Amino acid sequence: MPDRSVLLDHVSIRFGNFTAVDNANLKINSGEFFSFLGPSGCGKTTMLRCISGFSEPTEGRVLIGGKDMAGVGPNKRPTALIFQHLALFPLMTVAENIAFPLEVRGASKKERRKKADELLDMIALPGIGDKKVSELSGGQKQRVAIARALAVEPDILLLDEPLSALDLKLRQHMRTELRAIQKQVGVTFIYITHDQGEALTMSDRVAVMSRGVIEQVGEPDLIYNRPRSAFVASFVGENNGLQGVIKGQSGEVAALETPMGTFEARVGGGRKYKPGEEAILFVRPEQLTPGASTNRFEATLTRQEFEGATNHVFARSADTELRISMVNAGLAGSPLGQGENLSLGFAPMNATILPVGHMASEA
Amino acid sequence: MTRNTLFGGAYAIAFFTFLFGPLVIMVITAFNSSRFPRVVPWECFTTGWFGELLGNARLMDGLLNSVIIGLGVVALAVPIGLAGALALSELPARLRAMLYTVLILPILIPGVVLGISTIVLWGQISRGLGVGALYNGFFLTIVGQITFVSAYAMLVFIARLQRFDATQTEAALDLGATPGQAFRKILLPFMAPAIGSAAFITLLASFENYNTTVFTVLSESTFTTALASKVRHGTDPSLSALAVIIITITLVGALTNEAYQRRKAAQAGGPSARSPLYANPITQALTHPGVVFAILVTVIAGLSYAGSRHDSSVCEAAVLQDKMARQEALRAAQQEKIEAQQAQENTLPKSNSAFGGAFGGLGGSTPAPEPVAPKPASPSAFGGAFGGIAPPQSDD
Ligand SMILES: Nc1ncnc2c1ncn2[C@@H]1O[C@H](COP(=O)(O)OP(=O)(O)OP(=O)(O)O)[C@@H](O)[C@H]1O
Ligand SMILES: [Mg+2]
Repeated sequence: MPDRSVLLDHVSIRFGNFTAVDNANLKINSGEFFSFLGPSGCGKTTMLRCISGFSEPTEGRVLIGGKDMAGVGPNKRPTALIFQHLALFPLMTVAENIAFPLEVRGASKKERRKKADELLDMIALPGIGDKKVSELSGGQKQRVAIARALAVEPDILLLDEPLSALDLKLRQHMRTELRAIQKQVGVTFIYITHDQGEALTMSDRVAVMSRGVIEQVGEPDLIYNRPRSAFVASFVGENNGLQGVIKGQSGEVAALETPMGTFEARVGGGRKYKPGEEAILFVRPEQLTPGASTNRFEATLTRQEFEGATNHVFARSADTELRISMVNAGLAGSPLGQGENLSLGFAPMNATILPVGHMASEA
Repeated sequence: MTRNTLFGGAYAIAFFTFLFGPLVIMVITAFNSSRFPRVVPWECFTTGWFGELLGNARLMDGLLNSVIIGLGVVALAVPIGLAGALALSELPARLRAMLYTVLILPILIPGVVLGISTIVLWGQISRGLGVGALYNGFFLTIVGQITFVSAYAMLVFIARLQRFDATQTEAALDLGATPGQAFRKILLPFMAPAIGSAAFITLLASFENYNTTVFTVLSESTFTTALASKVRHGTDPSLSALAVIIITITLVGALTNEAYQRRKAAQAGGPSARSPLYANPITQALTHPGVVFAILVTVIAGLSYAGSRHDSSVCEAAVLQDKMARQEALRAAQQEKIEAQQAQENTLPKSNSAFGGAFGGLGGSTPAPEPVAPKPASPSAFGGAFGGIAPPQSDD
């Protein structure tokens, strides 16, 4: 099995004074499905173009399969890029598109046709080889772009928000499909998205980016449950952020004094806080429950959004807007009314105290 | 409502008369045997003017020269224009604006200036290098025309390039193509229609150019310069014949193109959009652009052949006879008048009638289409003096 890893060794990319990628330093393993997740303009595409060879890092090195890629052009790297808008060739048929990598390598017409048919079978679209690109649906174009990239037999497949142009249903379907194709071919997938659902469901590991900085790298559940910065906590999933002042810390747990009361929670990233330091406590909507025995407080219900299995409840406490997810108890439960008083709590281990930093909405 | 349609109809008729009237008149005059291009009086139906046109050695030599020069200009201006457009698309914005101005400048400079500067520059160069061959009408005209014709080509390419998605090239590179392959297999096919139109536009621009060419062509002549000097010496219906030929070529081109476009649109639209014309194999074959072209060419060739066999000499001789008779009658009338006048003047001491009727007889040697009617009221001796002179002749 060839080494299909990618190492970003202290990579920075600057355009003039503007730093688009700031000191990225991470290793993507052979055969991994790895996602870069971040809001628009955070430098995801810039990072991908640097890996595929369209630009060189201003500082640092990119290593693919252990080899330094400095000075190696995009046509010489073992990578294939699926562009944000696919970039299929409109003047060629589907088969010609897919076989293009073979054509430029001098393969015979017969070989090209055979490879195209093979790949069309793989993406479950046999027999469309002679169609024009303009005759395909969005999802079909998507799959043809993947087939064309795989025809290169790359070690690394780079995907730049390839599903963003599709409608919701198709997007969800393509997620499963992409994941299946990746398992089948064993190629390292580097996937870019600003859609956290996509990143969390498909990836082995996720890197969350903001303003050119990689904020956190880890498995999807760790990114969700153990965020290491205020940005990650607020960007991935819904979260309630309670700003306050540290009262004290003992080991993994610290106490934070907020307008709503003093709460105990796990400190994120194994930090040490001094009393009096400012910090934010993040607690997920589904962790706020009436039954919890610790960290209790009172809140007034302001509005509800019913969504089948879950009921999104919005409540107000000491001028802080809170979001609470409640499991639908069906007709057996007692209905909640507007202005009703709620008594809630949460477990210290299910909340995280993080240093003050920029939040997702400000990114 | 009806008033509106009435007005609209009248307007449309006036508009199309304005647009196509001159062309229609010109086509008619090409078949009138009158030595001066005109519709009335109609003399004889003739195809002789086509023969006269083809027999004009200076025009035909010029045509050949124009074709050679035109092909040379296309072969050089199209690649230069493409290179310019590509260079512009790659440059950073500020440099691009500057280079654009520089490349567009030759279009704004008067052609006369380009022509003169071309001969001055290349005169210097050929003298400096001692290569006299460079100072040659063909070479100078091609070089001189390229300076601005390539800018036309560039504008065509820039327009097309603006619609090119640069990620296409990147995708090709990413899939393993060399930059050369990406250019040949992705960019060039995309530019193909623009290359076609640029070649056509540059050929036309070269063919019809006068201002620059008249200087750079030196002692040679192109079709345009030959035509201009012919017109300066007076016009005759062989120019109308030329117009007929040009209009015919344009029509054939336009119809063939139309057939091609319709066929393409019908094919792109899928089976449901196809008219019954394309469903039936026979009508489908008949509407194929190649077939349309072949039919048109066959019809024109047949008409030309029939035309070349047409002999109008009998009719023309009759017209000539008729004219001479009228001429004779006029001359006689004139003579009579002059004699009467002389008889009157004899009573006076001084006569100034020396020229009276002196030129009257000239008309007999060449056929005069319409003699100037003698003004009966005029007592002048010149009254009918020029009556018999034919309109300006086109012989060089
Ligand atoms: N060639 C360039 N010159 C200058 N600035 C650039 C260039 N390319 C990108 N940038 C800047 O770098 C930042 C990151 O851009 P990038 O395209 O990587 O964003 P992205 O994360 O892919 O966003 P999106 O999700 O919208 O695609 C942006 O602020 C952008 O303006
Ligand atoms: Mg992007």
